[in-house]
Amino acid sequence: MVTNNMTIKIGGEAGQGMDTSGAGFARALVRAGLHIFANSDFMSRIRGGYNFYQLRVGAKPVYAPDDQTHLVLAFSQDAIDLHLDELVPGGAIIHDTNLQVDANALAQRHIQSFAFPFEAKALEIGRAAGMDPKHAKQMLNTAQLGATAAITGFPFERIADVINQNFGKKKGSAVAEANLAVARWAFDEAQKYASQFDWKLIPPADGVNRMILNGNQAIGLGAIAAGCKFISAYPMTPGTTVIEFMTAQAKRFNLVTKQTEDELAAILFAIGAGQIGVRAMTATSGGGFALMVEALGMAGMTETPVVIVDSQRPGPSTGMPTRTGQGDLLFLLHASQDEFPRVVLAPGGVESCYADTARAFNLAEKYQCPVLVLTEGYQAFAVRSVGVEEMPFEQFEIDRGKMLTEAELDALQPGTYKRYALSADGVSPRALPGHPNAVYTSTSDEHTESGRMEDEDPANRVAQHAKRMQKIETLKTEMRMPEWYGPQNAAITLMGWGATRYAIREAVDLLNAQGVRANALHFIDIYPLDENRLAQELAKAKWLVDIEGNYTAQLAQVIRVYTGRAPDQKFLKYDGRPFTGAEIARWIAANVNTKPAKGKSAKVTKSAKVTKGAKVKLVKVKLAKGVKVKAAKATKVAKAKN
Amino acid sequence: MTLPIPEFKFTPKLYDGERQVTWCPGCGDYGIIAAVKQALAQLQIPPHAAFFVSGIGCGSKLPDYLKANGYLGLHGRSLPIAQGVKLASHNLKVIATVGDGDAYGIGAGHFIHALRRNSDFTMIVEDNKVYALTKGQYSPTSTRGWVSSTTPDGAIEIEFNPVVMAIAGGATFVARTFSGDPKHMAATFAKAIAHKGFALVDVLQACVIYNHVNTVEWYRPRVYKLDDDANYNPRDYTAAMQKAHEWGDHIPLGVLYVDERPTYEEQVKSLATTPLVKQALTYRKETWDEFRAAFM
Ligand SMILES: Cc1ncc(C[n+]2csc(CCOP(=O)(O)OP(=O)(O)O)c2C)c(N)n1
Ligand code: SF4
Repeated sequence: MVTNNMTIKIGGEAGQGMDTSGAGFARALVRAGLHIFANSDFMSRIRGGYNFYQLRVGAKPVYAPDDQTHLVLAFSQDAIDLHLDELVPGGAIIHDTNLQVDANALAQRHIQSFAFPFEAKALEIGRAAGMDPKHAKQMLNTAQLGATAAITGFPFERIADVINQNFGKKKGSAVAEANLAVARWAFDEAQKYASQFDWKLIPPADGVNRMILNGNQAIGLGAIAAGCKFISAYPMTPGTTVIEFMTAQAKRFNLVTKQTEDELAAILFAIGAGQIGVRAMTATSGGGFALMVEALGMAGMTETPVVIVDSQRPGPSTGMPTRTGQGDLLFLLHASQDEFPRVVLAPGGVESCYADTARAFNLAEKYQCPVLVLTEGYQAFAVRSVGVEEMPFEQFEIDRGKMLTEAELDALQPGTYKRYALSADGVSPRALPGHPNAVYTSTSDEHTESGRMEDEDPANRVAQHAKRMQKIETLKTEMRMPEWYGPQNAAITLMGWGATRYAIREAVDLLNAQGVRANALHFIDIYPLDENRLAQELAKAKWLVDIEGNYTAQLAQVIRVYTGRAPDQKFLKYDGRPFTGAEIARWIAANVNTKPAKGKSAKVTKSAKVTKGAKVKLVKVKLAKGVKVKAAKATKVAKAKN
Repeated sequence: MTLPIPEFKFTPKLYDGERQVTWCPGCGDYGIIAAVKQALAQLQIPPHAAFFVSGIGCGSKLPDYLKANGYLGLHGRSLPIAQGVKLASHNLKVIATVGDGDAYGIGAGHFIHALRRNSDFTMIVEDNKVYALTKGQYSPTSTRGWVSSTTPDGAIEIEFNPVVMAIAGGATFVARTFSGDPKHMAATFAKAIAHKGFALVDVLQACVIYNHVNTVEWYRPRVYKLDDDANYNPRDYTAAMQKAHEWGDHIPLGVLYVDERPTYEEQVKSLATTPLVKQALTYRKETWDEFRAAFM
């Protein structure tokens, strides 16, 4: 028996409410003190098309999806057919008796099927409660939850609580009671299978409640905690939910949120607000960011703080709106003409979306430059249970850098203030517009220290450009080196950036458990970084495997430019789907070169042997059948890429 | 922030910038900047309480020659910046000063939305009917058939009528004035700046280098002032539309159209009390606790 460690997939047609029931179940689990990680996989259509909600439950925090499934709640035939291969032996499918299952196929894989007349019963109970058939059918969701609770040993009351809460004020109404009755019926019916199913969900005695947040909400929270009062944006998946979240919170925190006519306006509104001294941001996806590029350079030139979130989806162009990828890194690093200081941060995980976005606002004001926060679709949508202590909102320290205080402004001799005064660190003291002693203009033209247009004089140009560019050097002293995870002196180092952080960590754990000494070097701060310190970090990696969600290994390219170090191997994928830890571990086991490459130290050989053994073990023991097939496919793609 | 502190001596000189102006001798922009200063002085808006936003072009250089807060941004992008500024600090008097190419060509998308948004700021368009800074190409307001380096056989498109568009699009103040009439300009700018809501002033501006047709001499006998017509009611939409279409031998100047509508900023709940830039950046623990409870 396995307690509090399983993955449930809820699949059906868009519009069938998988998200609602999944979120309801997740809520019940978290209230019971368990940890969850959940993501939906949906098509860019509102109704129709196959969707599923994937819920991973753990006794300890879970940070990424798993690719093994223990239980499938099937709302449609597709759900049965598509997930069969992902189910582990002993796993089960819960479905309506009106869906077909191939008993032989299940038996061969040692998968069980628990069928119930959900729809018939929902209609029956619904009719009695006076509901029309359409609404009665929606109670399929509650029925599925009731059955799930029974076979996993999860207390019914926890499900009932969430059903009641969903009905809010309508609690006790005929419809609410009908839902409870359907859930109860399914719970009782499913009891008979409980002993056949090995995965259990048992609330811990000392469980604490946690928040459930996705990455984009965490970004919004980071912004709010950092004093961001303004967001302007134009909807573009998967960036949209940042402004939606902040708009929903606007009353509570007194924010101004603005949907603008396009992305050009979105960034320009934010820059206008930023120029005045309001902490301001915009959020978009790559296509929207493409429209912001000219203004990005303007903010660089006028040294206006602004935070821009790019939630990546696969491109080019419209690409795959609801999918994920890491294809925008080089674009963000280079967007806009000529050179200017910018910061690129790529948070990994919900808590990092929070903390690093908050930090982005300090960096933007301290260095008076645009800060780009690079996330991706998968991370935008996936939710995790987050402990209150992981996001200490009240404790964030706002640092506005060299901003003149009201007293300093009062003491200024009128007419002497220089907005772009030369300074050793490149940062000029900033007065917010509106004080009589510091009236000034800013311009996208090259300008003098006082901000007046000066687009001819070479000496002035050199002084101002060098001043701006000096900020990059100053920034490097504050930017963070990539973080290490796993044992030191590992034979294999997995290098990645941004949202893949926890999948890579999980791969490291899996590999070490299999006797492969692996660790990870993960980048959240990407630009600018101190080249020498970075080279020292990279020197610790013996066999460097780059893991990225793009075709050309964009981070690896950057690292090579910074340090001269190239990865020894690359695992690149661009199928629009997130990495999972098991997938990475499998790839490493199957592909990592066990012989030292030309010019490489022979030290790798010994651990490489371990790797080889681990490979066999991993594939044979650890994985379900369907997964193995996938691994072989992944291997092919990856090999072709190396 | 708008407090006209008594020691300000409100004369146009108060707004003199320290820069040497680089417009061509005879350029209509000289008259425009003088009238802008006149209007500011008349309304007693001190330099620190005004915020000028412009784009790129000859006319867009105006804030660089003024003493007042300013942001000279990108070609065509002044309006969103102006509105961001206004949302950040709604007590500032925000004024955008741009060319016709900037306003109605590359920036047309923003123009349409500014009209319906009714953010409380003024847009002064230095409409010389050419792209002057880039040496004379045709502009959206160039007359059909206009010959320039990129339209050697004459512009094929018909000209854009900004005042018709502004009235149709929901502007709450639409006026036209003429760079050859300093007094009329100053008076019109003052009305526009004093107007609550989005105000457009299209200034027929002489460009002595690239527009040899729509010169001061060409305009002078054609323009007439609606302000002198006691029967003209700028609140009458139909009458305004009629006047807005008038062009050629008779070109109306003055306030073409006025409407009253709450401004965008007035309707933003978070701005009800304090300008955004003056608001606290942190929140009480209870506020955060409420938030946490809502997400548990
Ligand atoms: C994105 C972009 N495209 C083109 C230009 C070049 N450009 C600068 S000003 C201008 C046109 C100026 O015409 P207008 O706005 O009417 O102002 P004027 O010079 O006539 O006062 C152009 C095309 C630019 N600065 N930015
Ligand atoms: S080119 Fe025309 S618009 Fe530009 S400064 Fe000269 S006269 Fe004025």
